[in-house]
Formats: sequence, C-alpha cells, structure tokens
Amino acid sequence: MSDIVLETRDLVKHFPLTRGVVFKKQYGAVRAVDGINLQLRRGETLGVVGESGCGKSTLARLLVGLETPTSGDLFVQGKNMSQVSAEERRRGRRNIQLVMQDPYTSLNPRMTVGDIIGEPFEVHPDVLPKARRRARVQELLDLVGLNPDHINRYPHQFSGGQRQRIGIARALALNPEIILCDEPVSALDVSIQAQVINLLEKLQHELGLSYIFIAHDLSVVRHIANRVAVMYLGRIIEIGTEDEIYDNPTHPYTQALLSAVPVPDPRLRGHRDQIVLTGDVPSPANPPSGCRFRTRCWKAQDVCAEQEPMLEVRDKSGHPSACHFAEVRDVVHASE
Amino acid sequence: MSTDVNVKMEALAGVDPNALPLQVKDLQVEFRTRNGIAHAVNGVSFDLRAGETRAILGESGCGKSVTAQAIMGILDSPPGFITGGEILYRGVDLLKLPESERRKVRANRIAMIFQDALSALNPVFTVGFQLAELFRKHRGMSRKDAKARAVELLDLVKIPAAKQRVNDYPHQFSGGMRQRVMIAMALALDPEVLIADEPTTALDVTVQAQIMALLAELQRERNMGLVLITHDMGVVADVADRISVMYAGRVIEEAGVHDIYSTPAHPYTKGLLESIPRLDLKGQQLSAIKGLPPMLTNIPPGCAFNPRCGYAQDICRQDPAPALFQVSPSRTAACHFWKEVKGDE
Repeated sequence: MSDIVLETRDLVKHFPLTRGVVFKKQYGAVRAVDGINLQLRRGETLGVVGESGCGKSTLARLLVGLETPTSGDLFVQGKNMSQVSAEERRRGRRNIQLVMQDPYTSLNPRMTVGDIIGEPFEVHPDVLPKARRRARVQELLDLVGLNPDHINRYPHQFSGGQRQRIGIARALALNPEIILCDEPVSALDVSIQAQVINLLEKLQHELGLSYIFIAHDLSVVRHIANRVAVMYLGRIIEIGTEDEIYDNPTHPYTQALLSAVPVPDPRLRGHRDQIVLTGDVPSPANPPSGCRFRTRCWKAQDVCAEQEPMLEVRDKSGHPSACHFAEVRDVVHASE
Repeated sequence: MSTDVNVKMEALAGVDPNALPLQVKDLQVEFRTRNGIAHAVNGVSFDLRAGETRAILGESGCGKSVTAQAIMGILDSPPGFITGGEILYRGVDLLKLPESERRKVRANRIAMIFQDALSALNPVFTVGFQLAELFRKHRGMSRKDAKARAVELLDLVKIPAAKQRVNDYPHQFSGGMRQRVMIAMALALDPEVLIADEPTTALDVTVQAQIMALLAELQRERNMGLVLITHDMGVVADVADRISVMYAGRVIEEAGVHDIYSTPAHPYTKGLLESIPRLDLKGQQLSAIKGLPPMLTNIPPGCAFNPRCGYAQDICRQDPAPALFQVSPSRTAACHFWKEVKGDE
C-alpha cells in the first residue's frame, strides 16, 4: 500500500457572494481555498500555518468532508472521495477525524462525556457492538489521561485542558489513521498547552497516527510538525520540512511571519532580524493579480503583478516556494 | 482658534510631582458570588517608574485583569470589592478619592487599552466622534476643534487616510486598525501611565509586531509608564523592563526581565518557561506543569502552587503562604525553596 494517506489536487472552495432575496444574483466569491495541492504521509505531522483569513480552517473542513469542494479532488488512502459511492465516502470519513479549536463550544453541554465520546459509534454502528461500547469509551478516557470513572459527568465539570482531552478521545473513537487538529491548543493556557501537545505526541507514537496540525502559533508548529505548509489568501506559498521552513525560508511572507514571532529570551532583544509588514491581508473576495502577497512585499516588481509565481523549487534551498525572487534568509537565528 | 491650544489639565489636589506615577500596595480584591467569596487579588504590590515597562504575567484567572480594573476604577461592584491596599498616583491614594475626583485621573493621567477593541468601542458612533468626545468632556473643546484633534491622533497611530477614516464606524476597521484606534483613544489626553490588558492577544503575529512597535515608539516619545498585562512570554521578553509573575491572585516573583528568563527563582515561573515551545529551538522537550490552577473560591492553604509543585514540602502546605523573599537586592520570589529553584550562578 502506498505511503500517502491523504492527498489533495487543486482543491478549491469558493463561497458565493449574492445580492437580492427573490432574484438572487451572484456578484462574486470569497476564494477561501484556491487550489491546494498537498500530500500527507503515513505517521507524519504536517503543520499548516497562516494568519486569520488565509483559509486554513476551510481547508480543514474540506478535508474532513464538512464542506464540499467547488472543484478539485481529495484522495483518502488512494480513493477519490468525489467519485466513490455515498456509502464508501461514509466509511472513508471514519479514517479522518477532527479535533476542534474551542473545547467550550465543541462539546454538547447536555450530553455526558460517555455519550459525547460514544456518539461516533451511533453514526457508524458496525464498528463496535453496543455491549462493548461503554468499556471502549472508558478505555479511551484512560488513553487521554482522564479518569474512566468520570464517564457520567458533563462537560462543564471539566477544565479547558480536560475538555480538549475529551475532544481528542472522541476523535480517536473510530480508530482513525488521520487526525486533523484545527488550532487544538490556542484556546488553552500556557501551562495546559504543553500537556495537550505532549498527549498528542504520545498518541501519535502509540497508535501510529498521521496528523494535519493547523495553527497560527509558529512555535507550536515547529515543535510538533515534520513538514510545514505556509498559507496566504487561499494558497500554499511555501512548503517543506520543518528545518527547511524555519532555518531556510525563501518566501518573503514566510520570512516576515517568522521574524514577527516573539522569542522568549530577552537577550535576543534588538538583535533579531525583524521584518515589520505594512498593511493588512487583502480581502479574499478580491485578491491582487499575480502574486497575492505583492501588495505587502518589499521585493515586489512589475512581474509580480503580471505573472502568478508557481509553487516550485527555484534556488538551492531545495524546497518549493511561490515567489519569483525566492532567496534564503535566516530570520530565526539572525542574532549572531 | 488653532487646534494646538494648550488647554489646562484638570487640577488634582495633593499630587507630588516627585512621587512615582504608579504604586500599588498590598491590593486586595474579592468577588462575592453565590458560590462563596472568590479571592481574585490577594495582596498585589508593584511600582512603576516613568518610561518603564512593567509586565504582569499570568494565566487566565490569576487576577491580572482584575488588578488593572481596580487601578482604573472600573471594577464591577458588586460583585467585585476592593477590601484593602492602596493605589497611589504620584502619592495620592486613588481609592480614597470620591468618584468626581477619580474621573480626573482616568484617561487624563492613567489610561487603558483593552484586549478586544471591537467590544470596547461603541458600535453606533464613528471613531471620530468617540475620540472627539474625550476632548470635549475633559478639555471643553468645541466640536470642530475636537474633531481636528481626533484626526491628528489617528495620524499619530499611523492609520492611513486619517481624514476620511475618522468618519468610519468601528466595524469598518480591521482588527489591527481597531487596536490602533484604541491606542489613539488611550493616548488622547497624554497620560503618564498606560495600562495595556492583553493588547495583542486577538491579533495575528505580523499585526502584533506592528502594534508592539507602535506602542514602544509612543512610549519612548512621551516617557510614559506602561503596565503590560499578558500571558505571552515572548512579547514580555521583547518589551518589558521588570516583570511581576502572578498566580492565584498573588505576585509570586518580581524581577528584572533578564533575571526571570535566565534564573527563575519560583517553580511556577520555571515551569512556565520550560513548557513553551520556542521558534528557534528544535527537538526541544516540553515539560508540562502537571495539574490545574486552583479555584479562586478555594485556594489551597500555604503556597497556592503547592499541589502542582515538584519542590513542595510540608512547610509549603501550611499557612501562612510564603512571603516574598529577597533573592537579590533587586528581585523577590515567594518560594521557601527559591535557592534550590534558582540554582547556583
């Protein structure tokens, strides 16, 4: 069997903008995800980073099947999800589960923890006979570091970090191979974040999971990811291994993003190579022509407005980057 | 009349210009709730010099925002009550002033920036009106002059096309621009102390860098004292001069920024530093702090951190809580075992 568990080809999601109630007319579209190609290998963690509005959450929803793509293909374990039967698509979804961002709103307050974690079995009843479900839920609670005796408690009786563990247990219920984490730790306190990150790493090791880890916190992604994709306005603008992205970034946006992350070490103050970008992210309903980053880029030339740079290897850094003028600049270790 | 007319600041009795711009002494705040009394702030003290940046670092529920609200005099009461301590502005105890006098301090001398600019601004008035209101109420300016000052302020915080944008409503601004409006509003009356409560938490990193650079620049120009309330150890390392680390309503460590990061003397500070992933390190082990912060209605006896602490002994589990020990002439830590935690130089 192939080593690639998940693949997207030119995945696109446009949300139509309409005017009028009776005579609805479409006058544009928010191009949330605009042609994404990526591959997830067995057992690896692929980090997806980008600022708010870059389409990373829409990408997550597309991958788990919560949104239907406008065009493009999604392959889960080699099967094209838009061409298989509805029954097969349903089975395919078992293999890819989502851990959501906000542990306060993603758990139903009127269901007990046992019901929440057991609900996937209601949707996919052939996975486990009814009689064994309760024991399995307790096993899952134990796996994520919660007390199995708390199976009859309600979400409000748990803290934020514990709730996120419940969300993780629910995602694990159907023995998936792929877990999609959409900002799993950003709502948690610093001292709790590390507990959840360590848990995710432990589970990956024990169960051989593949992760897609979506986050805006670049430090967390560096810690957990093997490969990293950087998104800007619905496109991947640079992708590579963790070392390639963090030590040898070639796209100006990646460099600016990395240089903006504060490092918790006061000795580096004033010694870091900080690139402060001007302006805001343009609207995805009306992205700039050519390179989408050119309106904020200090390297922009005429060619950037005319020709959209493809995601390809351009220099000796060896990883693809969507910039005509891709060039390595080490912004993270620039202190020396 | 020109717009740069220097209208006199409202007078405040008893101000000693040589005293520190802000001193908090043994502040106590409690919330009387149906489930009992929550001790949100239990004896917080710190000083702030002119031009200095003091970071108050802590997790949610540690009392850092309540401290800020108490200083500003905007604590919701009930349920919140200040039960003890002093808040001194240039030697004047603000807690003893009547509300009418207090109003002369708020925004004039001590101003505040809130975390969520969208909910802090009034959605039904233009930002120009809201900025101009400050000058009309506090400085008695005419509508026209006040509006002109509002445009100057938007210019100051580098909002492009300030003249047009002054007539926009808050929802027409992006998150970063809205935070700039908040900063403009806080700086309008030239305060000596600025309290920033998580000013960049809701923003993306590239915008965060813009806002922090702007704040630093304005602070330098005006020699303003800044109290930065945050949980972000990265931001603190970049801008703070001195740091107060809070846990369960107490300051558990107080030191200069270099001391805190190189040789933390409290197990909680140390744990926090070891639990954050760093951008510039790879293959780093994260050692999480076990357990959860205590409920403020039910703080454990002795040191509030003892159930989560690897150094805890019997003495830590008994009242009174450890006092702030003098670690060096310029730093303190509230741990019986600070010597062991800090290690040898």
